[in-house]
Amino acid sequence: MKIGAPAEIFEGEARVAMTPDSALQLQKLGHSCVIEAGAGHRAGFSDAAYQAAGVEVVKTAAALFKAADVVVKVRGPEDKEVKLLREGQTLISFFWPAQNEALLKAVAAKGATVIAMDMVPRISRAQKMDALSSMANIAGYRAVIEAGSNFGRFFTGQVTAAGKVPPAKVLVVGAGVAGLAAIGTATSLGAIVNAFDVRPEVAEQIESMGASFVYLEFDASELPDGAATGGYAAPSTPAFQAKQLAKFRELAPEMDIVITTALIPGRPAPKLWTAEMVGMMKPGSVIVDLAAERGGNCDLTVPDQKIVTDNGVTIVGYTDFPSRMAAQSSTLYSNNIRHMLADLTPKKDGEINQNMEDDVIRGATVAHAGAVTFPPPPPKIAAIAAAKPKPKPKVKDLTPAEMRAKEVAAFQTQTRNQVGLLAIGGGLILLAGLYTPASFMQHFVVFVLACFVGFQVIWNVSHSLHTPLMAITNAISSIIILGALLQVGSGNYLVILLASLAILMAGINIFGGFMVTRRMLAMFQKS
Amino acid sequence: MEYGFTTAAYVVAAVLFILSLGGLSGQESAKRAVWYGIAGMALAVLATLVGPGAGNWFGSLIMIGIGGGIGWVVAQRVQMTEMPQLVAAMHSLVGLAAVFIGFNSEIEMVRVAALHAANDADALAALKGFALKVAQKSALEIDILKIEVFLGVFIGAVTFTGSVIAYGKLAGKVDGKATKLPGGHMLNAGAAALSLILLVMYFNGAGPWALIVMTLLAGFIGYHLIMGIGGADMPVVVSMLNSYSGWAAAAIGFSLSNDLLIVVGALVGSSGAILSYIMCKAMNRSFVSVILGGFGNTTGPAMEIAGEQVAIDTEGVAAALNDADSIIIIPGYGMAVAQAQQSVSELTRKLRARGKTVRFAIHPVAGRLPGHMNVLLAEAKVPYDIVLEMDEINDDFPSTDVAIVIGSNDIVNPAAQEDPNSPIAGMPVLECWKAKQVFVSKRGQGTGYSGIENPLFFKENTRMFYGDAKKSLDALLPLID
Repeated sequence: MKIGAPAEIFEGEARVAMTPDSALQLQKLGHSCVIEAGAGHRAGFSDAAYQAAGVEVVKTAAALFKAADVVVKVRGPEDKEVKLLREGQTLISFFWPAQNEALLKAVAAKGATVIAMDMVPRISRAQKMDALSSMANIAGYRAVIEAGSNFGRFFTGQVTAAGKVPPAKVLVVGAGVAGLAAIGTATSLGAIVNAFDVRPEVAEQIESMGASFVYLEFDASELPDGAATGGYAAPSTPAFQAKQLAKFRELAPEMDIVITTALIPGRPAPKLWTAEMVGMMKPGSVIVDLAAERGGNCDLTVPDQKIVTDNGVTIVGYTDFPSRMAAQSSTLYSNNIRHMLADLTPKKDGEINQNMEDDVIRGATVAHAGAVTFPPPPPKIAAIAAAKPKPKPKVKDLTPAEMRAKEVAAFQTQTRNQVGLLAIGGGLILLAGLYTPASFMQHFVVFVLACFVGFQVIWNVSHSLHTPLMAITNAISSIIILGALLQVGSGNYLVILLASLAILMAGINIFGGFMVTRRMLAMFQKS
Repeated sequence: MEYGFTTAAYVVAAVLFILSLGGLSGQESAKRAVWYGIAGMALAVLATLVGPGAGNWFGSLIMIGIGGGIGWVVAQRVQMTEMPQLVAAMHSLVGLAAVFIGFNSEIEMVRVAALHAANDADALAALKGFALKVAQKSALEIDILKIEVFLGVFIGAVTFTGSVIAYGKLAGKVDGKATKLPGGHMLNAGAAALSLILLVMYFNGAGPWALIVMTLLAGFIGYHLIMGIGGADMPVVVSMLNSYSGWAAAAIGFSLSNDLLIVVGALVGSSGAILSYIMCKAMNRSFVSVILGGFGNTTGPAMEIAGEQVAIDTEGVAAALNDADSIIIIPGYGMAVAQAQQSVSELTRKLRARGKTVRFAIHPVAGRLPGHMNVLLAEAKVPYDIVLEMDEINDDFPSTDVAIVIGSNDIVNPAAQEDPNSPIAGMPVLECWKAKQVFVSKRGQGTGYSGIENPLFFKENTRMFYGDAKKSLDALLPLID
C-alpha cells in the first residue's frame, strides 16, 4: 500500500504526519511512502531528506491523494480535502467525530475509511498510538516555556550577591498528561508547584512529579467516578465546584503562574479561573490556558491570542502549542501514526487489514465501507484507570458527649480494676503479715518495691536493645553467687562442695554475661 | 567487717544495677550502663567476701577465677547468631546454682536441728557463717525458711531443665517442633499438685527426701513445659526463663535474708516478665496460650490461596534494585541461619552509596530472641538509625519501591490480617506486600518453621528469590551499579 502525507492546510499548522524516520519504518512494514512537496518544511524536514529516506515527493495535494491508498494527516480534513478522497481510501488523522458530525457524514458518503487518532481507546496496548497523550505532553512542556517567556522573573529561587530572588509559584489545574508534563517542567526549572485535579486518585502522580496536591475537603460521594469515564475527568457536582472555586480564590493572590489544562471529553472546557480571580492576581503574573481551543478554563481567555489584562496579568490562549514545537511533535505524532499502521498491517506485508474485531482499530475507526461507525461499542478491555476503591465502612464519629461518657466509663473500669487488685493484694499481704515474723516482712517490703522499680525501668528499654537487656539481666541474675559465698564458709563438706559449684557456675555467668553484653553494645553504631 | 558496711555496699550495688537496666533505654547510654552493672556486681561480691557470714574466701576466689575464665572464653568465641543458645545456657546455670544453694540451706538446717536436738551447746557456739544464722532463727522463722528454700529450689529446677531444653532447641540439638508427652498439660498440672503436697509434707518435717523428689518433679515440669513450646514462640520462652531465673534468685534471697539478692532477683524477674509480655503482645497472643503450647489451634479451614509462586533470578532482582529509590529490608531468622548479615550490610552500603533510601523493618518477634535482628545487624555494622521497628515503618510500605524479605515468614504473613481462621490471625505483621515489589529470599517452597502457608509468596507483586540467603546476596552484590 502507498502511504501519503499531504501538507497541512490549516492556518498556522506546522506539523506533518510523516517524517523521514517514520517513512523508513513504514517501508519495513512493506508499504511505500509519498509526500507532498514542502509538507515537512515548517517542521524542519526538507524534501531532500524525505527523498533520501526513499519517499516519493509529488507536487500537489491532488496528485498525492490520487497516488496514496492511505492518507495520513495531523488535522482533520477540510472540505477540499474531502472532495479529493475516494472510495476505499483510508484517512488517518485527528477527527473529533463527536464535534464534526457533518464532516463525518460527508467522508462516509465518499466511501472512505476514517481512523481518528483522537478515538484510540485508552488501554495499555494502545498507548504507543495515543497521539492525544503525546501531543498533550508537548503542550504541557510548551505551556511552561510560554509562561516563562512572558514572566518577568526566575522560576528558581536564588540568593545572589545582588539580592534574594523568591521562587515562582505555579498552580497547575488538571493533572492529565499535559498537566503532569507542565508540573515536571516547572519543578525542574525550580518553581514551587501546586496542582489540583478533581480526581483524588491522581494525587499520588502529582506528588511523584514533585508538586504538592491541593486538597479539598469534601465527601467522596460528591465526586464523579473518574475510572468509569476511561480515566478522563467527568463533570463535577455544583457543591464540589463551589468548594473548588473557593479554594482557587484563596490561592489566586499567591500564584505567579497558573496553567489550566482542565478538559472534559465531549464538552466545552469548564470555567475554573474566573475574571474575579484574575483580578486578584499580582501584576506580571501569567495564565496559560491549554483549554483555549474549547473555550478556555479562564473567563478572559481569547483563543489564539495573548492578552494583557488591566491589572497586568498576561493570559496566553494559544491553541497550537504542539505546532509551535513542530519538529518534536511531528516526530512523536508520526511515530503514533506508524504504530497505528503497524497494527493495521499485522503480517508486515504491506496489506492493510481493517480488522473490526480488534478493540483498538474498531474504536478508532469512525467511518468504514460507506457507513458511519461512530460511536464504537465499549471496548472489551477496561480502561487503564484504577478501579474505584471500595467505600470503607465508616467509623461513626462520636459526639463530644458520647466521647466524654466513654472516657468516664473507661476511667471507672480502670479504677475498679486497680482498686480491686490493690484490695486483693493488700488483703493477702495483711494475711501473710499476721502469720509471718517481722524479719520476713522486712524483706518482703524490699521485694515488692524492687518489683515496682523493675517494671518502671524496663518499660523504657528500647526495643532494639532487648537482646543486650537479656544478656545483662542474665549476668545480673548471677547475683545468686552471694548466696553461695555466704554458704561456702560452712563446716559441712557437702555444703562447701555444692556452694563451690554454685560459685563456679555463677562466675561463668557473671563474666560471660557482661562480656557478651559489652561486645553487643560496642557494635551498635550510628551512620 | 561490720554488718553496716556490707549493707551500705549492697545499697550502692542495687542502685548501680537499677541504673544499669535503666541505661538500656538508648544505644549510647547502654554502653555506660554495662559498666554500671559490672561495678555493681564487683562491689556486691567484694562486700560479701569481706562482710559477716562469709568464709573460705580463698576457695571462693579460685572458683570465681575458674568460672570467670570459662565465661570470658565462651563470650569471646560465641557467634552473634548463637546468642539465643548462649543466653538459654546461662539461664540454666543460674537455675542450677539456685538448686544447689537451696540444698545447702536444707543441709545446714538439718545439721543445726540435730545439734539443737542433742543440745550440744559447744558445737552450736562453734558454728559460723550461714549455719550460725540458721541456728539463731526462731521456730517460726525456720518454718518460713523452709517455704522459701522449697520455692527457690522449685523455681531453680524448672529454670534449669527448661533452659537446657531451650538451649537444645535453639542450638538445633533438640527438635524445634512443639511436642508433648501423652497427657499433655495434665502431666504438668499433676506434677505441680504433687509438688504442693510435698511442700506441705516437707513443712511438717518430712525431711530432705521431699525436697529431692520435688526437685525431680520440678525438673520434669521445666522439661515438659519447654518441649511443648516451639517455633516462633521461642523468644517468649527465652525471656520467660530469664524471668524465672530472677524469681529463683529472689526466693533464695529470702531464704538467706539477703536484701540485695531479693532486689536484684525482683529486677531481673520483672524485666523478664515485661519482655515476655511485650513479645506476646507483638504476636497478639496471651501469655497463657504461649505457655500452654505451640500453634495449631485453628478454628476453621485456612483460606484458599490463589496464584502461584513466581521465581526470579539474580539479574531480575539486581535490575529492580538498581531502578528502585526506596528499599526496605525485612530480616528474619533465616538471615541468622545463613549468616547472611554481612552480605546484607554490604548490599545496604552499596545501595546507600548510590543515593537510595535503604531501611530495615524489624518485627518484635523476628529471630529467636527479643531484639535478635538488631544485634545481628549491629554486628554487621548496619547503622542503627536506619533500623526501624514495625510501628515506625509499617505505614511507609505503600510508598516503597522494593521490599526484600530475607528469611522471615510469619512476621510478613498477610493471612494474619486477611484470614480469620489462620492460626496467627490478628497478629500484627509487617505489611510488606503493600510495597510496589516484594522479593522473598528463601531456601525453597516449604512453609517454614511454623508450618503456616504464607499467601505473601503467591501475591502478584511478589517474586521468590530461591536459594541460600548468603549465596544469593553475594551473587547479587556485583550486579548492583
